[in-house]
Amino acid sequence: MKFDVAIIGAGVVGSLIARELSRYDMKIVLLEKGNDVSVGTTKGNSAIVHAGYDSMPGTLKAKLNVEGVKLMPSLCRDLGVPYKNTGSLVIAFNDSQMVALTKLLIRGNQNGVPELRIIGQGKLRELEPNVNINAMGALWAPTAAIICPYELTIAAVENAVMNGVTLLRNFEVIRAVREKDGMQALFSGSGEVQAKYIINAAGVFSDTVAAMFGDKEYKIISRKGEYFLFDKKLSGLVNHVVFQCPTKMGKGVLISPTVHGNVIVGPNAIDIEDKEDCSTTARGAIEILDTARHSITRLSTVDLITSFAGIRAHNENVHDFIIEQSSSNPNVIQLVGIESPGLTAAPAIAEHVKNMLMTIAGKQKKKENYNPIRPAPVRFKELNDEERREIIKKNSAYGKIVCRCESITEGEILDAIHAPAGAVDVDGVKRRTRAGMGRCQGGFCGSKVVEILSRELNIPLDEVTKFGDQSKIVFGKTK
Amino acid sequence: MTQKYELVVVGGGPAGMAAALRARDCGVKSIVILERAETLGGILEQCIHTGFGLHYFNEELSGPEYAARFSLLVEQSDIEIKTDTMVINISNENIVTAVNKTDGLIDISAKAIILAMGCREKPRGALNIAGTRAAGIMTAGTAQKYVNINGYLPGKKVVILGSGDIGLIMARRMTLEGAEVKMVCELMPYSSGLTRNIVQCLEDYNIPLKLSTTVIEIHGKERVEGVTIAKVDRNRRPIKGTEEYVECDTLLLSVGLIPENELSNAMGIALDPITGGPVVRENRETTQSGVFACGNVLHVHDLVDFVTVESQTAGEGAARYILGQFEEDAYITTKGMDGVRYVVPQRINLNCNRDVKLFFRVGQAYKNAVIYVENNDEVILSRRRPKLAPGEMEDVVIKNEVLKELPVNGELVIRVEVQT
Repeated sequence: MKFDVAIIGAGVVGSLIARELSRYDMKIVLLEKGNDVSVGTTKGNSAIVHAGYDSMPGTLKAKLNVEGVKLMPSLCRDLGVPYKNTGSLVIAFNDSQMVALTKLLIRGNQNGVPELRIIGQGKLRELEPNVNINAMGALWAPTAAIICPYELTIAAVENAVMNGVTLLRNFEVIRAVREKDGMQALFSGSGEVQAKYIINAAGVFSDTVAAMFGDKEYKIISRKGEYFLFDKKLSGLVNHVVFQCPTKMGKGVLISPTVHGNVIVGPNAIDIEDKEDCSTTARGAIEILDTARHSITRLSTVDLITSFAGIRAHNENVHDFIIEQSSSNPNVIQLVGIESPGLTAAPAIAEHVKNMLMTIAGKQKKKENYNPIRPAPVRFKELNDEERREIIKKNSAYGKIVCRCESITEGEILDAIHAPAGAVDVDGVKRRTRAGMGRCQGGFCGSKVVEILSRELNIPLDEVTKFGDQSKIVFGKTK
Repeated sequence: MTQKYELVVVGGGPAGMAAALRARDCGVKSIVILERAETLGGILEQCIHTGFGLHYFNEELSGPEYAARFSLLVEQSDIEIKTDTMVINISNENIVTAVNKTDGLIDISAKAIILAMGCREKPRGALNIAGTRAAGIMTAGTAQKYVNINGYLPGKKVVILGSGDIGLIMARRMTLEGAEVKMVCELMPYSSGLTRNIVQCLEDYNIPLKLSTTVIEIHGKERVEGVTIAKVDRNRRPIKGTEEYVECDTLLLSVGLIPENELSNAMGIALDPITGGPVVRENRETTQSGVFACGNVLHVHDLVDFVTVESQTAGEGAARYILGQFEEDAYITTKGMDGVRYVVPQRINLNCNRDVKLFFRVGQAYKNAVIYVENNDEVILSRRRPKLAPGEMEDVVIKNEVLKELPVNGELVIRVEVQT
């Protein structure tokens, strides 16, 4: 198969690049080594639109962060995914931390972050009534927001596919060959695609992929962060993304509402050998929850519903995003070390990469029928009674609730499976619909989702997986 | 269009069916049972093992057989049944909003409502076990559904965490299906399951029960490959140096049941923090007038036989409410102390004109214990028990004539004392 552009990696960055390029009259392929899109770094993170005061002025990080903040609301609207402008707070407990806040404020102003200001205890308590009484003040960034990284990515891929992009899942690029005609041949274990231009958005594996094209100077460390998710009962415990003062390892432990009404706490930072090691640790749990209680004293573990870990593509040598034309192969663009605030910056990264590609490949013709809108999926839970009546009349599958905790209907699960780039495994259904994300964590609906996947994909029950490969749910028939 | 019924029963498991049947026998004319599954019977449908009905029918039945005794009666009666129907809201005016494929969204107004939604299993997340998120980690009940309903084996080498009854039953069931059940680990120094299940499901199959032991880490990237277990100290913290790796492809969890009170909670019904179910009076009426609760939504039972009896009480209570047979208010509250974790019902109307059975659980195992029921430090009755265990629900009956003598607004305390 021959393409004009191959994008390696269907995380939020690769997917938004694919969507951005799908405006043009080019043949594009998006290659993903996982069984689904959005399964690497994008899957597990703080889900935050950072205001932009963290990065050093003058860096690409700072520039793309602030641009990303501006692009995010309309992008989420076009793609029909949640976005909530909560604002963020960095809280300080002593004078030296208050000084640190001033530094952040100055940095933020230099980066062009709007509305940033330092508030005292009174205002802080008004904004966050449950904040630790010892908190002295905070840096308030009203432009910060919360989103859902995997819903955003899935929607971007759907929209890209609607606009002609080819998505190949389970395509792990293991070898790249520069052909004589200027094309690049990319090989997975079982397939081959050819493309004139390559965009490496392989996240924690971006160094490995870069090396396949001759660029061996990058070194990515996979840095794990653990998170804890609390029941919706705690909704309202915090109103903003609440940070503590940053440390060397990152922005520290935050506590934040999620767009779905849960409370999220995390992360820590552990450098890991196995780049995809998303296991959680006992020590991490104690460390993170203790730290989080320093911000919000009332946080109790009784309402904990799940924990998980995410990975970040950390660049030890360069503290900035690297987005550059390959020094070995001019038709390759390398994106290396897209760690925080990568999610926030992703829409701006997509535009930046598009502009780079236009410089390399020349200006491209725009598609006449490009449609930037991906209609929001049906969310039965969010409909009013009248809308519910109407939609069940149109399609009775919306009258069958499969996931009790999150009120997810069979209709929504069918939509997720049959969407462009639809769900093919249990986790894929979960990320697209939230079935299994509630307080029972799939106890009741898990087996029903497996049955529906088996029926709709026309595969036996024992071939349904949690996330592809060997992650099978059951082994064959009983006696 | 709002449909009208005298009584709406939410849930068609053993609790809902028994409550509906009793209410009908007491003279309630129009009753509808709303059931979210395809059939009546609730969780009993997947409990194909025997052991049900020993108390209520004096017979040993399987789960589906026990359920059928009631579902046949319901189907023969004029009680209406709506299966595949999920209740999504109950308003303070007792309007029940439900949804299904054929009727769409329906509003049902009711004079009285019986909540019989049952309970659910505690998932992995609530335990916060470290390790990977591989396939092969599921609750014992989910595994039971795969085996007994779908006919698929969810694992070949199994470790079970938690010795709740479903875990014990599944240890036997998986063994019979050819899986190797390596062990059952229990965090506490005692099992929370019934003694008869420990004997019949573990001992008879030489499956070790490791007490004061827990799973501290799950291994395996795609499918579970093993777990690390460790002994725990008195404070249930893992003891360093006792870690042991156990190879397995499946981890089943049987670590507790939680009454499903999303609807009750949204209605503002007061819940007991210990049982996780509504606070009720002796006729199982909740703090919301005309709304009753019974079965595992109220408190988790060990035996369905007791669910049936409790639900009949609720059915009768709802019937009296619908028929306008009210007693004058004269309440006493109940309370567990000194080892007694909870008591149901939490309130008794002294004018109820009947004997009242108090159900309770202890927080630890006891030998040679005496249960005291007291009012104002005065012992009203005492009962000797050679053995008490958290896994076995206990009860005492307070006679009507005793109730009549108790002071209004007083407190009835149940406590345990060990005989030396």
